[in-house]
Amino acid sequence: MRGPLGIFSRVGGRQDLGRGAAFWVAFAIVALGLVAFPLFGSAFYLSNLANFFVYVPMGLGLCLLWGYGGILSFGQAAFFGISGYVYGIVAQNLSLTPGASLLGVAAAILATVIVAALFGYFVFYGQVSAWIIPLLTLVLSLILETFMAQTAGYQWRIGHVLLGGYNGMTGIPSIQVGPLEFGGASIALYLLTVIAMLLGYLGLRLLVNSHFGYVVVGVRDDVERTRMLGYNVARMQVTVFALAAGLAGLSGVLYVSWGNYINPSSMGLYAATLPVIWTAVGGRSSLIAVTLSTVALKWLADSLAVRGGEYAFLIMGALLLATMLFFPAGIVVSLNRLWRRARRHAP
Amino acid sequence: MNVPYIVSLAYQYADNLAFLLLAALGLMIILGVIDVINLAHGELIMLGAYTTTLAYHRAHLPLPACVLLSFIGVGAFGMFLERTVIRRFYRDKLGALVATWGISLLLSQGMLLFLGPSLIAVPLPEWTLSYAGYSFGGYRLFSASILVVLLAWWIFYRTKFGVRTRATMQNPAMAQALGVDTRRIYLYTFAAGSALAGLTGGLYAPTTTIVPLMGTTFVDVAFITVVVGGGANPILGALTSSALLASISAPLSSVFGTFMGRIGLLLTALVIIRFLPRGLSGYFQDLQRRRMAGARS
Repeated sequence: MRGPLGIFSRVGGRQDLGRGAAFWVAFAIVALGLVAFPLFGSAFYLSNLANFFVYVPMGLGLCLLWGYGGILSFGQAAFFGISGYVYGIVAQNLSLTPGASLLGVAAAILATVIVAALFGYFVFYGQVSAWIIPLLTLVLSLILETFMAQTAGYQWRIGHVLLGGYNGMTGIPSIQVGPLEFGGASIALYLLTVIAMLLGYLGLRLLVNSHFGYVVVGVRDDVERTRMLGYNVARMQVTVFALAAGLAGLSGVLYVSWGNYINPSSMGLYAATLPVIWTAVGGRSSLIAVTLSTVALKWLADSLAVRGGEYAFLIMGALLLATMLFFPAGIVVSLNRLWRRARRHAP
Repeated sequence: MNVPYIVSLAYQYADNLAFLLLAALGLMIILGVIDVINLAHGELIMLGAYTTTLAYHRAHLPLPACVLLSFIGVGAFGMFLERTVIRRFYRDKLGALVATWGISLLLSQGMLLFLGPSLIAVPLPEWTLSYAGYSFGGYRLFSASILVVLLAWWIFYRTKFGVRTRATMQNPAMAQALGVDTRRIYLYTFAAGSALAGLTGGLYAPTTTIVPLMGTTFVDVAFITVVVGGGANPILGALTSSALLASISAPLSSVFGTFMGRIGLLLTALVIIRFLPRGLSGYFQDLQRRRMAGARS
C-alpha cells in the first residue's frame, strides 16, 4: 500500500501481535497515560518507572536480533556497558563545553555500533553455526567486565576521568539540552525514556514489517534459501546485530543519565543474562510482548532485590527454565494464542 | 635464555594446555555427539569441586577417592538433567542453550543460598617436583588430562559403544535404522560429558577458591576452546584447539597477565572462525574427505 497512509498499514503489519482497532486504541490510551503520568505521579514513582523503561530499547534490540533474526546474543549488556562508559568519558571530560553531553551520546552509540559491526564481521562473514554467537558474545561480556574491574587506581584514566575499577565510574553528568537537564528524578528524563520506548517499539514494528524485515525473517527461517534468492545474508546479519547493539547503547546512555554512575557488573554474567530472560519469557517473536516483559521483569527483579539479591537470580533462573520447558514461545505469546483459540471456539 | 627458564615455559604451556583440555573436553563431546551446548557446564565443574571438598572435609576420604566421587556423582546428575530437561530440546538446539543457562543460574545461586559464599579449600597434596628453583605441582593435572584424552579415545575408537556413538554422530536416522538406540547414546554421552566436568572440578579443587560462581573462570576459556575446536571430532578438536590456544595464552599471560591472555584467546577465536567456521576439527574433516575423494578418482 503506497501513499501517506501506507505507513500506518505497515506498522500494523503481520510481523507482530496486536492488530486491529482494539489494540491500537488500547495502545494510544496506555501511551497517553504514560505521557500524562507526571501530572499526578510523585517524583519517586517517576524515577522508578524511568529506571524500568530505560531497559526497553535493549530488550527490543534482542527481540529483533533473536526473535526475528534467529541470532541469540548475550552481548547486549556488553554494548550497554561500552556505551555507558564512552558517554561517561566524553561527557565528563568536556563537561565545561556546551552541548558536550549530546556529543557524548553520539560518541557512545557510534562506538557501540562500530564495536558490534567489527565483532559481527568476523562472526557472520565466516558463516558460523548458530551456537557460536551466544558463546562468543558471552565471552565478550565477561572479558569486558574483567577488564573494567581491574582499572582501579590513578593510572587508569582517560583525560581527567578515572575509570574506577570495580567501584565504577562516578560523577557522570546527565544529558543536557540547553537549560533542560535529563537527571535521575526529573520529569524530562522520564518523558525521554517513555519516548525512547514508544518510538523504539513503533520504529522496530515498522522495520520488521518492511521489505528489510521480511528478509531478516527469511534469513531466520532458511539461511540457504535467502542466500539463493540473491540477498547478502552476512551483511544483513551484521546490520541487524549492529542495530540491536545500537539500541543497547541507547539504553546504556539513558541509564548513566539516570544514575550518573556505571560499574563493571553492568556488563557481567547476570547483566548479560537479563535481556535473554526478558526476551525468552515475554516471547521472542513479538516486540510488544518483549516490551511488556522487560518492564514487568525489571520491576520484579528490583522488588526481589530488596529482599536479597540471591533470591532474585534464583527466581529469574527458575522462570527462564520453566518458560523454556512449558512455554517455549514465551508467556505473553502463549497467552495470546490461548485467547485467540478460545475466541475462535466461542459461539 | 637458560635451560631452567625454557623448562619453566614448557611447564606453563603444559599447565595451560591441561586447563583448557579439562575445561572443554566434556562440553565438546556433548556438542559433537548431541549438537547441544551445555551452558551449565561451568556449574557442573563447580558441583564437582564442591563434591570433592565436602567429601574430603566431612567424610575424610583420601583425595583420589573424592575426585572419583565427583566424577561419578556429577555424571549421575548429568543423567538426571538429560532425562528431565535436555531431552525435550533435541529439535530446538538454541532452546537447549537457553534452558541450560537457566539451570546454571539455578545451580550457582542455589549453592550460594545452600552452602554460603565459600568453602575451606582442600590442601594441596605434597607431590611437587622441583628443578633449578622452580617447583612444579601441576604435573598431576597434565598427566590427568592426558589420561582422560586416552580414555576418551579408547572409548570412541576401540569399543562397541564408541562405534555406535560415532554412527549416531554421522547420521542419527541411519544409525537408528540399523538398530542403534540413539536416545540411549545421547543419555550416556551427556552423562559422560557431565562426569568429565565433575572430574575437572575435583582435580582443580585443591588449587582454586571454592565459591558458587567459580564455574565462570572455567567456562570462558572452555567456550573459546570449543569454538576453535568445533564439534566435528571432539577428541581431535579438543586436543588441537587447546594445543594452539595454550601456545597463545601461556606466553601472553606470563608476560602481560591473565587478562591479556584471555583477550588473546578471544581474538584468536574470532580470526579462526572467520576462516575456519567449523573450527579446527571441521577443517581436518574436510581435508580428510577431500583426500579420500582424490584417492578414489
